[in-house]
Amino acid sequence: MASNAAVPFWRAAGMTYITYSNICANLVRNCLKEPYKTEALSRERVHFSISKWTDGKPEKPTIRSDSPAE
Amino acid sequence: MLRRAMGLLARPVAAARARSFSTDLPAAQTADSTFVEAWNKVMPNMDPPKTPLSFMQPRPATPSSIPSKLTVNFVLPYASELTTKEVDMVIVPATTGQMGVLPGHVATITELKPGVLSVHKGNETTKYFISSGFVFIHANSFADIIAVEAVPLDQIDANLVQKGLAEFTQKLSSATTDLEKAEAQIGIDVHSALNSALTG
Repeated sequence: MASNAAVPFWRAAGMTYITYSNICANLVRNCLKEPYKTEALSRERVHFSISKWTDGKPEKPTIRSDSPAE
Repeated sequence: MLRRAMGLLARPVAAARARSFSTDLPAAQTADSTFVEAWNKVMPNMDPPKTPLSFMQPRPATPSSIPSKLTVNFVLPYASELTTKEVDMVIVPATTGQMGVLPGHVATITELKPGVLSVHKGNETTKYFISSGFVFIHANSFADIIAVEAVPLDQIDANLVQKGLAEFTQKLSSATTDLEKAEAQIGIDVHSALNSALTG
């Protein structure tokens, strides 16, 4: 098996398939007509609370609502 | 010396013929018979518990003659577009180009690039634009198409596609790191595919 098999350009640049696929999906979503566009973007939005831990104790949590483009 | 070579050659060939090809499988089982027998030996009075195998629909066997219809499962992360729909042909946008899949297609796994998927049944054709994904074609004329985003072509806005194409072409020329160049290139690929989907 060739270890230098022709890799796709995104993998050569250090990107994984999942990142590539998600970028493609976001670009397609951004090109939709109006009611579909807002539906698609709202479908993929995530809402979570994150707290960093230092010295075994959690700091104050922050709530994030990220849309996938970020 | 030649006689020994014949002996050596005969053995691997015989072994290969003894194993069946993975593309000619019989239907999958719905119950694990060895488990049931072992259970009945130990606990003859209780019914054996159900295993996950009994909840699943068995994989249909590979028919000996080519079936007349292709059964397509087209799924997205949030919805199942087509579930075991019988169609005549699908054309998928594989990375190696547009690939037509007819009933009796050889078992294949293909990666998809952003492009148009068309499903042909009788005289009607349904087209979707797919962002990326995979197709698994099985020997029993079942095709599983999985995509992250799939939209019917009339939901695409041509102006946004043109703007995106111009924006990413400009980003490619001003990109510095490999990663930025790759992202800009992806943008150009996706938008040009969208463009040709709308015009073609």
